[in-house]
Amino acid sequence: MYPAQFDYRRAGSVTEALSLLQENEDAKLMAGGHSLIPMMKLRLAQPPVVIDIGRLDELKGISEAGGSVRVGSLTTHADIAASDVLAAHCPVLAEAAGHIGDAQVRNRGTIGGNIAHADPGSDIPPVLVLLGASVHLQSPSGTRSVAAGDFFQDLLMTDVGEDEILTHVEAPALGAGTGAAYLKFEHPASGYAVVGAAASVTVQNGRCTGAGLVVGGVSATPTAVDVSSLVGTDLSDDAIAAAASGLDAEDPIGDIFASGDYRVHVGKVYGKRALAAARDRA
Amino acid sequence: MTVSIQLEVNGKPVQAAVEPRRLLVHFLREDLGLTGANIGCETSLCGACTVLVDGNAVKSCTMLAAQADGASVTTIEGLARNGELHPLQEGFWEKHGLQCGYCTPGMILSANYLLAQNPSPNDEEIREGLKGNICRCTGYHNIVEAVKYAAERMS
Repeated sequence: MYPAQFDYRRAGSVTEALSLLQENEDAKLMAGGHSLIPMMKLRLAQPPVVIDIGRLDELKGISEAGGSVRVGSLTTHADIAASDVLAAHCPVLAEAAGHIGDAQVRNRGTIGGNIAHADPGSDIPPVLVLLGASVHLQSPSGTRSVAAGDFFQDLLMTDVGEDEILTHVEAPALGAGTGAAYLKFEHPASGYAVVGAAASVTVQNGRCTGAGLVVGGVSATPTAVDVSSLVGTDLSDDAIAAAASGLDAEDPIGDIFASGDYRVHVGKVYGKRALAAARDRA
Repeated sequence: MTVSIQLEVNGKPVQAAVEPRRLLVHFLREDLGLTGANIGCETSLCGACTVLVDGNAVKSCTMLAAQADGASVTTIEGLARNGELHPLQEGFWEKHGLQCGYCTPGMILSANYLLAQNPSPNDEEIREGLKGNICRCTGYHNIVEAVKYAAERMS
């Protein structure tokens, strides 16, 4: 299976990549290629020009400063899953990255490529929305950031503009007393999430002071669940189950493997389990 | 258009001009005659095309040859040394880790990557490490045994 013909350009810097984007109409950026190459082989994408940004070291790496973690867009899932910085400050992001595909896919796939592709079965988007992360973009006219919750717009559609490059994501580090977890019901063949649930809870003196739950795979974009009923409770199993059952999707996605109703049901079950796991880590 | 690439394959320098859409697996098999990396699903799922790129296991059906410019690539043909099988090759032989053999080159390179990260994995870690490689013959049991055999030999 071959992609259709295309011209290949390799960018030596973000600035060069931005000008190549401007010069070549309908060009696509390629990071690790693990979303784009499969799309091109199936001819779902036929860009006339591919701009390879895979070697831009300035877009790689993980760091922590001032209570937030920063992950460069070209950082591989393998590096995120194995990151000591994330293990210390934001382990749920590393946990989700470790669930992606398999070892070979994690060695090539990048966080920037993953979220720019915006597959509803992807593991990273619900975690970024849960964390209240920001996605940072650069264009010839400057830089801007967008909240993860606004970044994912629809099936395979994001807020990235035609002249923009996704440079990094930033997420608040998890504070003391906060636990978070990502649990996934995995499609046995593709490795994508049929449903993935990202949850966090904060506990002080045995009482919940904050909770969040975001479920992927149920809708075209990550679905946030209102679990504010947990605040003030002792996070009993019953309270958690009641909160997770609030998952509602107006237009759930269904396919040959899992109907929309089934996904919503599994989302509630995995939401409950993810909240319980987050509680046990808080 | 063509892209000029220079890389190292199984320790030997290689220079070529490739079409941008040339996939690494086709470059290895058709241009270099290294047919050990097999083409299975072509959708990054089965792992039959797994090779090492700069020491990392990757699926060569989901990488452009142009992306491998400057890299060091290892295929199954590059594992034996002076006619002596690599401990993983020996393990798959001794423990009957293969039947039809189609998945074996990819299995061995994924296992090689796993053992580089984790020299003494337990059964569960081996199965997780080989998750990206599908075998339709063996039921995996003897593949796990083969990797354990190699891990002992290599320690």
